Amino acid sequence: MKLNERSVAHYATCDSPADHAGFLRKRVERHHHHAHHHHATSYQRHWFVLKGNLLFYFEERESREPVGLVVLEGCTVELCEAAEEFAFAIRFDDAGARAYVLVADGQAAMEAWVKALSRASFDYMRLVVRELEKQLEEASKTLAACHKSPRRSSSSGRKRHLSNPALLPLQEKPTVLENGYSTWGSGGGVPGGAAGLDRDGGHTKPPPLPPRRRSAASSAVGSPVPSLSPAMPESPVSPETACFSKLHSWYGQEIAVLRREWQERQKRGHP
Amino acid sequence: MRYNERELLFLARQPAEKAAEILMRLPKKGSVLKKRLVKLVVNFLFYFRTDEAEPIGALLLEHCRIIKEEENVFSISFVEEPERKYCFECDSEEQCQEWIEALKRASYEFMRRCLIFYRNEIQKMTGKDPLEQYGISEEARFQLGTHKQ
Repeated sequence: MKLNERSVAHYATCDSPADHAGFLRKRVERHHHHAHHHHATSYQRHWFVLKGNLLFYFEERESREPVGLVVLEGCTVELCEAAEEFAFAIRFDDAGARAYVLVADGQAAMEAWVKALSRASFDYMRLVVRELEKQLEEASKTLAACHKSPRRSSSSGRKRHLSNPALLPLQEKPTVLENGYSTWGSGGGVPGGAAGLDRDGGHTKPPPLPPRRRSAASSAVGSPVPSLSPAMPESPVSPETACFSKLHSWYGQEIAVLRREWQERQKRGHP
Repeated sequence: MRYNERELLFLARQPAEKAAEILMRLPKKGSVLKKRLVKLVVNFLFYFRTDEAEPIGALLLEHCRIIKEEENVFSISFVEEPERKYCFECDSEEQCQEWIEALKRASYEFMRRCLIFYRNEIQKMTGKDPLEQYGISEEARFQLGTHKQ
């Protein structure tokens, strides 16, 4: 299979900063021919450079071209019970694929590499980006609410921005442009909330805040809204992939329930 | 340059962000348009002969330029060799635009820029670093200012 190697090598050596770099010893994998059972493991020292989801290695630190590349998708990084101290391995989901065994110079170096490599995948980066995208939407909505209805600002409750039904969800996602800067649909400076209120027509009175009897409300609706406090399946501190999407659907469920409640109340309240 | 081809082939079999049969031309002189199954997986674009299970090639989509050429046609080229273009002719202008958009966002470097932007914006709005609660605020890859491209 062909690969655009020249471009890949250029990416490796161009001056865009590396995510991690340093010397490591790489275990040399030998094919055992015939009946040789020499298990003399040898290691070769290389200069390793991590950029994104790609781990390059060079003969020397000053080498102009990488000797090799490890694509870090579909793999896990773990400490290794090798004969060597400070050894760790990159193992692939692909059964039968050989692992890369690497040896660092010391404990700190090993830990730094393991951390850097386990967060190197494209998927991980994508998850973090989506999470921040969502948080940015939430933060914008909160700001919009504060600007739009100053008299509400006295009503407290940490879930206020979620329980305020005046906030419609963003109709459009921000367009993320190539340079990474986003524009907020048609909303101009204040996205989502303000535009939504205007669209409802000025004659609709903003609905009253739902009572803060959250647990009673959810049991009335009967939907399985997970309670936010205890019984969190996983700590959000760990960078597990399952965690982010759980968090995402979790908050999403709660918003959906509260919106439904508001919409029902609105229907009943209409003359 | 050695690379783990087996893992790349494994990656080529994973669910794609986007896949379609598109006419493709390599930058080699005298190359003609050929129908290929083109598959975008993470930051790699794989291309297959339409009846084969293994890709004939892969393009790493970092430091590349996606350019709209003539109608229905876009090209991929790389910053160090801008004249060497991989050309793709789509069935429609719509399909062409969809691929251009998808490919522009397909690089790790692009995602990194988005992340840094969002992080900065959230910090400005809330006064808090959104990465702190996940314990990753010191990671080199998320730093402002270090990755200017």
